Amino acid sequence: MIPVTLPGAALMAAPVITEEPPAIDYGLLAPMLVIFGAGVVAVIVETAVPQARRRVVQVALTLAAVAAAFVLTVLQVGMLPADEAGATVAFASVAVDRPTLFLQGTILLLGLISLLLIAEHRNGESAFAAQAAAVPGSDEERAHVMAGSQHTEVYPLVLFALLGMQLFPAANDFLTMFIALEVMSLPLYLLCGLARRRRLFSQEAAVKYFLLGAFSSAFFLFGIAMVYGYAGSVNFARIAESIDAGGAGVVENGQPLLLLGIGLVAVGLLFKVGAVPFHNWKPDVYQGAPTPITALMASCTLVAAFGALLRVFGVAFGGAAADWRPMMWIVAILTMVVAAVIAVTQRDVKRLLAYSSVVHAGFILTAVIANTAEGLGGALFYLAAYGFTTIGAFAVITLVRTHENGPEAGDITQWAGLGRTSPLLAGALTLFLLAFAGIPLTSGFIGKFAVFEAAVAADATPLVVVGVLSSAVTAFFYVRIIVQMFFAEPEGDGPTVVKAGAFTGSVIGIGVAATLVLGVYPTPLLAELLPDPGGETPAAAVGFTR
Amino acid sequence: MTIPWLTLAIALPALGGLAVALLPRDRAETAKRVTLGVTLATLLLVVAMAAQFAPSGSGPLQFEEVYPWIPQFGISFAVGVDGIALVLILLSVLLVPLVVLAAWHENDDAPDQGKGYFALILVLEAMMIGVFAATDVFLFYVFFEAMLIPVYFMIGRYGRGEGRRRAAVKFLLFSLLGGLLMLVAVIGVYVYGGTFLWSDLADPAGGLAGVDTATARWLFLGFFVAFAIKAPMWPVHTWLPDAAGSSRPGTAVLLVGVLDKVGTYGMLRYCLELFPEAAKWFVWPVVVLSLVSIVYGAIVAIGQSDMMRLIAFTSVSHFGFITLGIFAMTSQGQSGAALYMVNHGFSTGALFLIVGFLVARRGSAAIADFGGVQKVAPVLAGVFLVAGLSSLALPGLSPFVSEFLVFLGTYAFHPVPAIIATSGVVLAALYILWMYQRTMTGPLPDSLAKLRDLSGREVWAVAPLIALLVVFGVYPKPLLDAVNPAVERTMQQIDVSDPAPAVGQAGSSSGGAEGESE
Repeated sequence: MIPVTLPGAALMAAPVITEEPPAIDYGLLAPMLVIFGAGVVAVIVETAVPQARRRVVQVALTLAAVAAAFVLTVLQVGMLPADEAGATVAFASVAVDRPTLFLQGTILLLGLISLLLIAEHRNGESAFAAQAAAVPGSDEERAHVMAGSQHTEVYPLVLFALLGMQLFPAANDFLTMFIALEVMSLPLYLLCGLARRRRLFSQEAAVKYFLLGAFSSAFFLFGIAMVYGYAGSVNFARIAESIDAGGAGVVENGQPLLLLGIGLVAVGLLFKVGAVPFHNWKPDVYQGAPTPITALMASCTLVAAFGALLRVFGVAFGGAAADWRPMMWIVAILTMVVAAVIAVTQRDVKRLLAYSSVVHAGFILTAVIANTAEGLGGALFYLAAYGFTTIGAFAVITLVRTHENGPEAGDITQWAGLGRTSPLLAGALTLFLLAFAGIPLTSGFIGKFAVFEAAVAADATPLVVVGVLSSAVTAFFYVRIIVQMFFAEPEGDGPTVVKAGAFTGSVIGIGVAATLVLGVYPTPLLAELLPDPGGETPAAAVGFTR
Repeated sequence: MTIPWLTLAIALPALGGLAVALLPRDRAETAKRVTLGVTLATLLLVVAMAAQFAPSGSGPLQFEEVYPWIPQFGISFAVGVDGIALVLILLSVLLVPLVVLAAWHENDDAPDQGKGYFALILVLEAMMIGVFAATDVFLFYVFFEAMLIPVYFMIGRYGRGEGRRRAAVKFLLFSLLGGLLMLVAVIGVYVYGGTFLWSDLADPAGGLAGVDTATARWLFLGFFVAFAIKAPMWPVHTWLPDAAGSSRPGTAVLLVGVLDKVGTYGMLRYCLELFPEAAKWFVWPVVVLSLVSIVYGAIVAIGQSDMMRLIAFTSVSHFGFITLGIFAMTSQGQSGAALYMVNHGFSTGALFLIVGFLVARRGSAAIADFGGVQKVAPVLAGVFLVAGLSSLALPGLSPFVSEFLVFLGTYAFHPVPAIIATSGVVLAALYILWMYQRTMTGPLPDSLAKLRDLSGREVWAVAPLIALLVVFGVYPKPLLDAVNPAVERTMQQIDVSDPAPAVGQAGSSSGGAEGESE
């Protein structure tokens, strides 16, 4: 049952100690609490369970927790009253509404799939370093590899990152959002540095990601301060009211504060999304991080970051859309054009997909700019569709190696002839690439159509024209991979494909199925997202609650 | 109306393609037989459907089916045909089994690859039927774009020569660019028209009627550029010679014979009928581009040394005639253009298939590698001559009827373009006869002394086309009867009537056509 939303007055009340503790509906927070609890238990498991059995316990615990949280999230959607957008919890610091639940459900589901990839184990070897603290190439490292050590800390770290991702789009005030941002980011910084092979790359990626991420967090925090100065509150509903009223009167002529605040907050959020000019971390981090972690970041983090972006710009800054729209136009155009052009020169498959992810962020930004119900629904669909496809693509990458027990084949020339030696695997990747390129009958096309349709309806047709032109450019490099796989003669023996374990195999299978189903019959999912033309079914596009 | 003819016709080859793809690798022989069986079954199905087509039926479309698909965006799976779409579907399902027959031994060197090629052909066939049958703009777009993928693999993976990878990528990127621009227009149609159903959009009282002039012109351009690339029209034709020159002859038949028709069909169906005012405004630029295509394609064709590329360039010229006929905005012109699409499929299809037989024997399509072939392979040379003569629109063969109608319609529109276009006919005689002369006549080089004449299978692959060229050359009435009501409706839709003849009394378009088919 959904409780009555706490009256706004409670927020403004002076910090007097009241007799009664605040009523918090823990039921609404249950999915997050499950993940949090599991994370804490996983830390205890690290100390309490002997090393030999630790991995099995961690994998089972993590998968069960994420699955349970997903089920709880789906149940919550059913419990929302049809006539209500949602509710806020804990002094209106967390919102539970249809778009948020959709985002959280997507994050958990994609997280679950990524976890399968993370848990994959071949010949006693995972994607993670045996001992991350050992100097790369040292005797100590070798000893740990021989001893078969492994970092099962990966699982609690992923759980905490997922908790942050759940909270990020649900946060209904800036402070909660900032906490979510940090909870989400810190484990990811660590996870990026844990690659088993090419460890220096991996460590470099982690440091870069951490430094740039810290910078962007600082921008974000600074922006919060500005907005607080303007609105006198960090709560999104209050900020929206202040903007509608033309300022809260905290300071005289506070408009510059608001504009600065919007700009700085945007820097923080656009960094997480990976929009140009805040995209530079993406190729390095995607390339250096262990591929399963890259898959997690490319899917779940993107969903969470866009969820937060949509909420902040839709709810808090929605009234100032005329002010932020020009800025977003420029960012979106730069994102689509610059990333597409740079991607053409890339040779490493993971870097390529990183730039591709930047371009996709640009496409989704066109829906953010539309700032309409259609835009929201389209962006949510796009995120879900893209998430499944991108995890599948990275799963394929984990299997293609330069030689037996060798590192992943990064350079695309090493992929030559894959279509002859492993037609199924190459076929799956081809499908994913075609979905990225937005070819009809794949989910990527429906997603692209949904966001572009929203943008055209909101009079942003020039953006859409830029979008389709950059699509044509990006098609060039997707096609190049296909050419390498199917039309080129293999060099020597060609790439080696390690046998897909049950986990990786099912990840690719889920990716293929989702890409096809969402491309051919997306109607059931869209019905959850977009207002039904005839019926009265509540859809996520009714918007975020305030 | 209880039988969902068109859905069946789309589903049958699609499922067949899936089945062939799932066959084990070593069953290349089975794959061939299954493919041929499925394509023949599809042909029978479509012929059975066409037999029930009433040329002067009540509505504009027949065999209509509408199922909701993505109601959130107003998208339905809607199919239906008018006369023009029907004859183009018939052309497609006729060409596919012939291509399969002609390609029977092409995969014998690498049997493990064979089934892939045939599976792609079947998938492509399903999409070809779908693209002509679609009456929902979104569905049309889906087929229009998705079709690129099988063709891309047919050229890039199964094509000929070293240039095939480049040609495949060039083909895909050109087509994608056009398609993506069209996507913007498709979205625009939905945003302004509120629906994707073609019949609602084309309704003069609703749909897109309220769109302001400038927007309508942009939307027209969005569609037109995509169709011009597809057609292909000068100056965006450059992908075609590369693609056709690097593909297997069978692929080239489908590429030029059917896929490019989607461009001209789209102009007629979407550019003209959805944006009649904008189309009239663009008449002269399109006419000029068509004339350039006619003359340029023909001149460049003369200079080609490779027969596949030569035929590709002749097609650029022929497509110029088709667009000229469409944008002349007269009923003869449009009837001629619609007919031209079908006849060009027959004649170019036959040419590509015969060149394919030559390639299979000699391993090359270079004109210089041949000479005096008629001495050792008279049947081959004979059908080549007939197909060639049809390409230059010799009276008595069906392309003559359509070309003449286009001239008639264009002259009624304005004499100058008609006069310029006639130069294309003269040049056509040059490129066809000169190619024939250099390859089939003259001294026989020793290397060709053992050249085999056509086998029974090969005769079966081209004979239907030659027969149709002759039959419809003498008696084009069935085709015209199917096409004319659709053309009349288009003329009504764009609200133009034929200009009054300056001298004498012009007959109705069908009467006029019969007069020319002596």
